[in-house]
Amino acid sequence: MKGKISSFVVAGGKQIELVVQDDQCKPELATNAATKLVSDGAKVVIGHICSGATKAALPIYTEAKVMVISPSATNPELTQSGQYPTFFRTIASDDAQAKLGVDFAIGKLGAKKIAVLHDKGDYGKGYAEFAKKFIEEGGKAQIVLFEGITPGAVDYSAVVQKIRQSGADTVMFGGYHPEASKLVSQIKKKRIEVHFISDDGVKDDTFIKVAGKDAEGVYASGPKDVSGLALNKQAIEAHKAMFGTDPGAFFDSAYAAMLAAVNAVAKAGSTDFDAMAKVMRSEKVDTPVGTIKFDARGDAEGVGFSMYRVQNGKYVEMK
Amino acid sequence: MVAREFLKSLGVSLWFMVLTFPLVVVRVNTIENTIQWRWVNLAVVGVGAFVLSALWRWALARRENMQRSADARGGRGALRPWESAAWVRPLGAGLLVIFLAIPWFVSTYQTNILISFFLYVMLGIGLNIVVGVAGLLFLGYAAFYAIGAYAYALLNHYFGWGFWTVLPIGGVLAAVAGVLLAFPVLRLRGDYLAIVTLGFGEIVRLVLENWSALTGGPSGISNIDRPGLFGQEMTVAGTNIYIYYIVFVAAVLTLVVAERLKDSRVGRALQALREDEVACQAMGIDRVTVKLMAFGLGTAWAGFAGVIFAAKTTFINPASFTFFESAIILSIVVLGGMGSNWGVILGAAFLVLLPEYMRAFSEYRMILFAAAMVLMMVFRPQGMIPARSKQYRIVDRELELSGE
Amino acid sequence: MDVQYFFELFLSGLTRGSIYALIAIGYTMVYGIIELINFAHGEIYMIGAFTGLIVAGILGTMGFPLPAILVLAVLVSMIYCAGYGYTIEKIAYKPLRQAGRLSPLISAIGMSLFLQNYVILVQTSDFVPFPSLIPEFAFLEPIAHIFASSDFLIVVVSAVLMAGLTLFIKYTKMGKAMRATAQNRKMAMLLGVDADRVISVTFIIGSALAAVGGVLIASHVGMVNFAVGFLAGIKAFTAAVLGGIGSLPGAMLGGLFLGLSESFGAGYISSDYEDVFAFSLLVIFLIFRPSGIMGKAKVEKV
Repeated sequence: MKGKISSFVVAGGKQIELVVQDDQCKPELATNAATKLVSDGAKVVIGHICSGATKAALPIYTEAKVMVISPSATNPELTQSGQYPTFFRTIASDDAQAKLGVDFAIGKLGAKKIAVLHDKGDYGKGYAEFAKKFIEEGGKAQIVLFEGITPGAVDYSAVVQKIRQSGADTVMFGGYHPEASKLVSQIKKKRIEVHFISDDGVKDDTFIKVAGKDAEGVYASGPKDVSGLALNKQAIEAHKAMFGTDPGAFFDSAYAAMLAAVNAVAKAGSTDFDAMAKVMRSEKVDTPVGTIKFDARGDAEGVGFSMYRVQNGKYVEMK
Repeated sequence: MVAREFLKSLGVSLWFMVLTFPLVVVRVNTIENTIQWRWVNLAVVGVGAFVLSALWRWALARRENMQRSADARGGRGALRPWESAAWVRPLGAGLLVIFLAIPWFVSTYQTNILISFFLYVMLGIGLNIVVGVAGLLFLGYAAFYAIGAYAYALLNHYFGWGFWTVLPIGGVLAAVAGVLLAFPVLRLRGDYLAIVTLGFGEIVRLVLENWSALTGGPSGISNIDRPGLFGQEMTVAGTNIYIYYIVFVAAVLTLVVAERLKDSRVGRALQALREDEVACQAMGIDRVTVKLMAFGLGTAWAGFAGVIFAAKTTFINPASFTFFESAIILSIVVLGGMGSNWGVILGAAFLVLLPEYMRAFSEYRMILFAAAMVLMMVFRPQGMIPARSKQYRIVDRELELSGE
Repeated sequence: MDVQYFFELFLSGLTRGSIYALIAIGYTMVYGIIELINFAHGEIYMIGAFTGLIVAGILGTMGFPLPAILVLAVLVSMIYCAGYGYTIEKIAYKPLRQAGRLSPLISAIGMSLFLQNYVILVQTSDFVPFPSLIPEFAFLEPIAHIFASSDFLIVVVSAVLMAGLTLFIKYTKMGKAMRATAQNRKMAMLLGVDADRVISVTFIIGSALAAVGGVLIASHVGMVNFAVGFLAGIKAFTAAVLGGIGSLPGAMLGGLFLGLSESFGAGYISSDYEDVFAFSLLVIFLIFRPSGIMGKAKVEKV
C-alpha cells in the first residue's frame, strides 16, 4: 500500500509540471509531503490515497487554497463535515457502500439477522458502523453480532463459532481481503450457511484466488463496472503502452481526477482555486469512471457502487 | 595463516548461501503458480558473507585483545576534543545559532524533518534516563508518547483546551502513568521488566484502538488545534516555524535537564543502583523512591513530545504508537550510547536525517538499524558516543606516601 | 449455558493452545538454559512459514500429491529453521554470554527486527496467500463443522512432538546434559558437558518446532506475511510465562491455558479485546507470579 501523490504546478504556458511525493499512507509523512507540495507551489493535488493520510494533510491544503482530488480516500467525513472546502474525490464514500450492502442484504437476500464484523481498522470499522446505523434505522432486520476481529491472529474459529451461535443468516464484513478470505474459508470449514457481504477492500481478484472455491457466492460492493467505456479502455491501453504493465488499483479514478483537474484549469484559464472550483461544480467531464461533475461538498455525481457476486471464480456485477 | 582464514571465510560464505537460499533466491507466486529464480542474489550473499565473516573474526579477535589489555580504562583516558572546556562553549553556541537560524533558510518541508528529528531527540533522551542511567530496559515507551498525544487531542477535541494549557498536563499525565506502572514492576528482574513494559505499551495501544466512543478508534482524531501565539492567525509555514522553535527549545531543555540530572543526587543514586543494588541499600539509598523517580522523569518527556507531535500533525491515530515505534526509539538510544545524551542526538540524526538525505539509504534503513543494534551489543555496547562517568580526583598525601 | 457452544469454543481454544505451546517450547528451553528471552523466536516461526511456502510452491508446480508436499514442506522448513536458529545464536548471543542481562536482550530485539526486514527485502511486505496443504480427512467429516482436519492435525502433531521432546529430555544423553546445564552451567562444564553444544542443540530443537508450527498454521489460516511472527511470538512467550518459564510441561499447560482463555474470552465476551486479554494475563502473571502456574518460585540470587 503505497500512497503516491502527484500534483501539478502550472507554469506560464499552460505547461503542467508533475511533482510526486510518497506518504506511505502515514499521517505524519502525509503532512510532510503536503507542506513540501505547498511550498513547491503546487496548485492541484491528485491524492492522497489513504483516508487517514488525507485527513492529516487537508488542513494544510485548505489553508493554502490548493485543490485536492483524491481517487481513493473514501472516508465520509472528508466531504460531509464541510471542514475541507478544497477537497474533491472521484470515488464514492464509505457510507454509500454500507447503504448499498444493507439494502441489498435486506431487500434482495431477505436478511433478518445480520452479524456485522470488522477488522478494527479505520476503513473496515467505518463500514461496519455505517452498516449498523443503516440496519438500525431501517428496522427491518436485527443485528445479532457486532464485533472486531484481530488481523494476524492465528485462528478465527472462536469468532466463527460465535456467528453460528448468533443464528445470523447474513454476515457483513468491513475490512480487506486477507482477513475476509480467512473468515470465509473458516465459515465454510465449519459448515455454516450464511450470506457473506463485504466492501471494496474485498472486491479484489486476490480474494478469489486466495479463498479459492470458498469464495463462490460472496458478495462485495465495488465501484460500478466501467470497463465498457471507451475512454476507460483507451486509458488502460495508454498505460500499457507507456509502462508495459497493467495499471494498479484506483487507476481509473486517479485518471478521472487528473482529467477533471486539467479540464478545470483549462476552462478557468487560471489556477485560482475559486475559478477552478466553479468549473468542477458546473461542468461535466467524460472520464474513465463515467461522465462526472462534483456536488457542493466535493463528492462526484455519477460515481457509485454496484454489488458484485463471485461466480465461477470471477466477480460479476449484479444488475 | 592467511590460507586458514580464507578457508574459514569460504566455509561461512557457503553456509550462508545454503541457509538463505530458499528465501533469497526463490520467490513463489502461489496464485499464478509461477516461480522466480533470482540467482544474482545468491552471489551477493556469498560475497557479502565471505567479506563480513572475515571482518567479524577480525573484530572479535580485536575485542578479545582489547579486553585483555584493558587496564580498567572505562570512562577515563583522554578527553575527546569537544569535551574540553575550551571547545564546549563555542561549539554549543555555534550549534545553537545554526539551529535558531535554520528555519528561515530552508523550506517548510525541511523544517518539518527537523521537527521530527527534535521530537526523536526528546524521546531518546527521555528513554535514556530510564534505560541508560537507571539500567531498566523499557520496551513500551511509545505508550507514554501516545498518552501525551492523546491527552492533547482529547482535551482539545472535547473541551477546546489550548496547546499551552495541555503541554504541562500531558507531561504530568505521562509521568504519573510511568510511576503507576513502575510501582508493581520494580521487584522484577531486568528482562521480565522489559516484557511487562512491552505488554503495557500494547495494552495502551489496543485500548486506544478499541475504545471508539472516546478516542475515535482506528480513525483517530483530526483537526487538532495548532499552538497559538497570543491569538494571532498564522500561515501554515509560519506555524511550522513556530512549532520548530517550540520543539527546539523543548529538546534543549530536555538535554539540559537530563545532563544536570546525571550529576544530581538522584542521578548518582540511579547509576549506583544500576551497578549494584545490594550495596546501595546498604549505603542507605531508598531503592523504591529513586527508581520511581527515574520512571517518572523518563516518561514525562515522552508526554511533552506527544503533545507537540499531536499539535504538529493535527491528526493522530493509534497506528503511530506501535511496538515498532518503541523499538526505533530504543535503537536510537542503543546506537547513540546508553546513558549518553550526545550519543542520542547522533542516533536520532542517523535515524531521521540520513534516510531523508540519502534516498538509497531509506530502503535499507530498518535492516541496517537492526543489524547495527546487534553489532553494537557485540562490539561496542557503550554506543557511538559512550557515556562517561564523572571523575573525582582525591589528593591525599598519606596514601601517596604509603605507596598505595 | 449452551453445552454445544461451550464445546465448540473449547475445541477452537485447543487448536490455538497447541499452536502457542509449540512455539512456547522454544522460548522456554532457551530461557531455561541461558536465561535469555529469545526475541527473534517469533521470527523463526515466520521464516518457517515462508520456507514452507517456497517448498510447497516448487513442489506444487512439479505436481506432487498434497500429503507429500505437506510432509516435505514441514521437513525442509524444520531443517532450515534449525539452521537459522543455530546461526542466530552464534552471531547475536554467543559473544554476549558474559555481558549482563540487557545486552543480549537488546541484541535479540535487533535480531528480530533484522529478520523481519530481511524477509521484507528478499520476499515481500504484502500478505502472501498460503496454499491449503492439509488434506480433508474423511473420518472427520461428521464433526467437521466443529473440528476441521487442520485443527485435528495441529493438535495431534503438537501432542506427538511434545511427547517426543519430553522423552528426549528425559532419557537421552543430550537431554541429560541439557537438564544439567539448565541447573548449573558451570558445574555441568566441570563435569565434561560441552555447554556450547548443548546451547546450540537447544536453539536447533526450539527453532525446528517453531517451523512445524509456522507451516501448519500458515496452511490453516491460508496466509502469511513478515509480521505474523511478532504477535504469535508474544502470545507464545505469554504462554511460556503462564506455565512457568523454563519448564516444558509448563509451556504446554500455559499454551492451552492461554488458548482457552482467548477462545472463551472471544466467545463469551468479545473478540475486540482478544489481545488485551493475553497481554493483561502476561502483565498480571509477571507482576504477581513470575514463576507461573507450574514453575517453582526461584530465589533471586543476590
